[in-house]
Amino acid sequence: MRVALFATCVNDAVLPRAAIATVRLLERLGMEVDFPEQQSCCGQPQYNTGYRRQTEPLVRRMARAFDGYAYVVTPSGSCVAMVRDNYPRIGAKARTEGRGEEPAVAAASLTPRVLELTEFLVDVLGVTDVGAYFPHTVTYHPSCHGLRVLGLGTRPLALLRAVEGLELVELPGAEECCGFGGTFAVKNPDVSTAMGADKIAHARSTGAEVLCGADNSCLVHLDGMLRRQNRGRGDAPLRTVHLAEILASTEADPWSVA
Amino acid sequence: MSGRTYLGMPAFPVAAKASTKDERLRANLRHATRTIRDKRARAVGELDDWALLREAGKRIKDHTLRHLDTYLLQLEERVTAAGGTVHWAADAAEANRIVASLVHATGETEVVKVKSMATQEIGLNEALAAEAINAYETDLAELIVQLGDDLPSHILVPAIHRNRGEIRDIFRAQMGRWGRPAPQGLTDRPADLAEAARLHLREKFLRAKVAVSGANFMIAETGTLVVVESEGNGRMCLTLPETLISVVGIEKVLPTWQDLEVFLQLLPRSSTAERMNPYTTMWTGTTTGDGPRDFHLVLLDNGRTDTLADEIGRQVLRCIRCSACLNVCPVYERAGGHAYGSPYPGPIGAVLTPQLRGTTSEVDASLPFASSLCGACYEVCPVAIDIPEVLVHLREQVAAQPGHGAERAAMKAAAWLFDHPAALAAAERAASATRAALPRTLPLGPAKAWTDSRDLPELPAAPFRAWWKQHRTTRQEPAE
Amino acid sequence: MSSRDAVLARIRAALADAPEPEPVVRDYRTAHVRGANVPAKHVPDEYAAVVDLLAENLADYRAHVHRCAEAALPALLARLLAEHGSRSVAVPPGLPQGWLAEAGGVRQHPDEPPLTARELDGFDSVVTTCRLAVAETGTLVLDAGPGQGRRALTLVPDHHICVVHTPDQVVASLPQSLARLDPTRPLTWISGPSATSDIELDRVEGVHGPRTLDVVLLE
Ligand code: SF4
Repeated sequence: MRVALFATCVNDAVLPRAAIATVRLLERLGMEVDFPEQQSCCGQPQYNTGYRRQTEPLVRRMARAFDGYAYVVTPSGSCVAMVRDNYPRIGAKARTEGRGEEPAVAAASLTPRVLELTEFLVDVLGVTDVGAYFPHTVTYHPSCHGLRVLGLGTRPLALLRAVEGLELVELPGAEECCGFGGTFAVKNPDVSTAMGADKIAHARSTGAEVLCGADNSCLVHLDGMLRRQNRGRGDAPLRTVHLAEILASTEADPWSVA
Repeated sequence: MSGRTYLGMPAFPVAAKASTKDERLRANLRHATRTIRDKRARAVGELDDWALLREAGKRIKDHTLRHLDTYLLQLEERVTAAGGTVHWAADAAEANRIVASLVHATGETEVVKVKSMATQEIGLNEALAAEAINAYETDLAELIVQLGDDLPSHILVPAIHRNRGEIRDIFRAQMGRWGRPAPQGLTDRPADLAEAARLHLREKFLRAKVAVSGANFMIAETGTLVVVESEGNGRMCLTLPETLISVVGIEKVLPTWQDLEVFLQLLPRSSTAERMNPYTTMWTGTTTGDGPRDFHLVLLDNGRTDTLADEIGRQVLRCIRCSACLNVCPVYERAGGHAYGSPYPGPIGAVLTPQLRGTTSEVDASLPFASSLCGACYEVCPVAIDIPEVLVHLREQVAAQPGHGAERAAMKAAAWLFDHPAALAAAERAASATRAALPRTLPLGPAKAWTDSRDLPELPAAPFRAWWKQHRTTRQEPAE
Repeated sequence: MSSRDAVLARIRAALADAPEPEPVVRDYRTAHVRGANVPAKHVPDEYAAVVDLLAENLADYRAHVHRCAEAALPALLARLLAEHGSRSVAVPPGLPQGWLAEAGGVRQHPDEPPLTARELDGFDSVVTTCRLAVAETGTLVLDAGPGQGRRALTLVPDHHICVVHTPDQVVASLPQSLARLDPTRPLTWISGPSATSDIELDRVEGVHGPRTLDVVLLE
């Protein structure tokens, strides 16, 4: 089966490990993975900050980049949510505001084919045991867009539970937002970090080594706070790891920090 | 008399900078919102048709709003036929004038009040004070706010920012100035505090000749008004005085009596997390020998018709003021209600206030951004208001205002870059190549806001694109 | 232009291009308890379950629930008044003759002519019937009919005894209750004694309304 990877701009430029892990995982599962190089950003930061019209070219670009692929898989719930929830809105508004049919047509053609990684694994491939090995204690933060907009439900947990060597511990207050929220993190830094601090305190309370998430934008924020906190701390550092990295890790080729 | 108003409040992030560091406030809010969150989930969980009720509630409201003129006229006719008098107020000033002149006509100089968001919104108490009329709040939390010369910070529990110890101190210090003093040796047990309020207010209820209320629902078909409450102060105000003046937003009308079967299930379970609130009063005009002899209904616009004109924003008029969205909101829990600069705090305030008041003041322009868009509010809203959708829509309006030039330019530049992959790849390579030079904290603007409390991510040695180029040439094609 | 006309004009202008929203569908339940849609007379067992649920939900919100047969009612009312330490009871017009026959030591005063609020405040208790009761929410509804009195009567005294005639006054659910009520009458819905959640969002019973609510389920 041929699938296209939508790496997302954050993973491409800043956190390539999650995208690399997604490729390795999908190839291990027998997929033929493509990375259409015309892809860039889904437009979420612009859209959520109030610059909808500037996302129209990105909607068109995304649709062109992924034209012809039955499945577009991405390791980022919020980007899938952007495509699924907001692309149709952007298209409809472009139409009513007299800027033509193209964004609406682009949205309609692309939206149903874009899947979040765990959706693709569980719903399309029908697997929860992907043959991974990750001998660490892990707690899972279900990012808001994955949780509420996509309704990922138990898919990520089911995948984690099947990982050999992995001990999954429940995160208290798991469904609460971590405080990232895109530009919210810089427009309301005090509230954002107050939320992040509580999320981290909950994660630390589990005793886990790894705070896992399926959305790197949240993890950038939490990791930034963690590394600030960890400096000078004596105890074993808690670190953030993307779900794709855990699922890509095997006994032969285990995950490592570097 | 409470003289504090919301005028000149600072922008949300400025107010939140202080409130997020107020440990006591944070503890009070954490405790209260968490208590009610779990209870709401249980109360809602009892009904296996909740999703259907929610959808029906949403559609009834949408239908009503689409035909608002028709239903208001029908309501007016039924209320009038039942012995009430209907007044129309285009804005706050007009509503205040109407109420003041109705009170003057009775010859009274004091009124008792049932908690009402509409009268908070129009600043009725202050307007009456200017006319030498004392308005006494009778809801326990409103009483706490009024005695403490404070501002409400929650829709349902305006004194949520106060804990029992603070409430006891306010009662001890202030009740005597307003009427019957607090009992000697008042403790901070909630039951004792409630008893103190009972004693303090009883005298006022028994002598009151005029009451002012809002209403949760108005039924067009029958002319019936509905007030949902817990303490009995509402019943006191709605039945004992001779004159009753109800100030109600025009969006509170429902077409039929039967519609209550939906909303009386949605509201209590979402609001106080009860199967049913202790008291609900329903009245239609006046009834000889039972309750007020004079009943006045003041229908309030005050920005609602502007909201109605906005295709996306109008869904906010479905709101039944249950406050479920506040109770689940992680931003509200940490910033507190006062940071929202209006009587409508939390997610509903962030989408309602900028529509009612516009986005010209600093605080109003900052409200649409006072959210991480986590969607918890939408999930619990009993009338399915897509608050994140409205927030983003309002952000668009604010972003188009003057003063957002730099941000607009940055967004435009980013969008351009993302639409030009070759330039993007070059920028990524350049960033990776110079990553060692990036400092851990940055001095200015958004970068400073990030690095004050968070490290920047360490940029990778190479972007994903570079890895992919390599990988593509070396990988073994997977077996089909 | 009057404000009335101005507001109406603004509404019409605001809705000029608004599409007709999706039609209202009432596919929610008319009742949640088993047997709720079966007429009482035909399946007494199921009706009994509805009455049991009413008792359970009333008690859950701190009402005191008592069950008794018609003949035992006067003795029960006398006992409840005595246990509350009541020395006076306000009596609504139309309360069945004889219900208070055994409450000898308690001053009984009819609300005819109507007592003033201040006078009512001097009464310890009030005894009434109701229009109906809703099992799923533990709610009593009074409509100022015979034996119920005007609204103030059940509000000012600190102790309310309400008698529910279970053979025909209990409905399962809110939808069923609304269909049986007359909206032109003043209605009071009571679910447990007065309460508040205003202190730390935790429920405390007893503020302005009656702090003690006794409910008699008459069989
Ligand atoms: S927006 Fe929804 S959840 Fe919030 S107060 Fe209004 S009805 Fe309740």
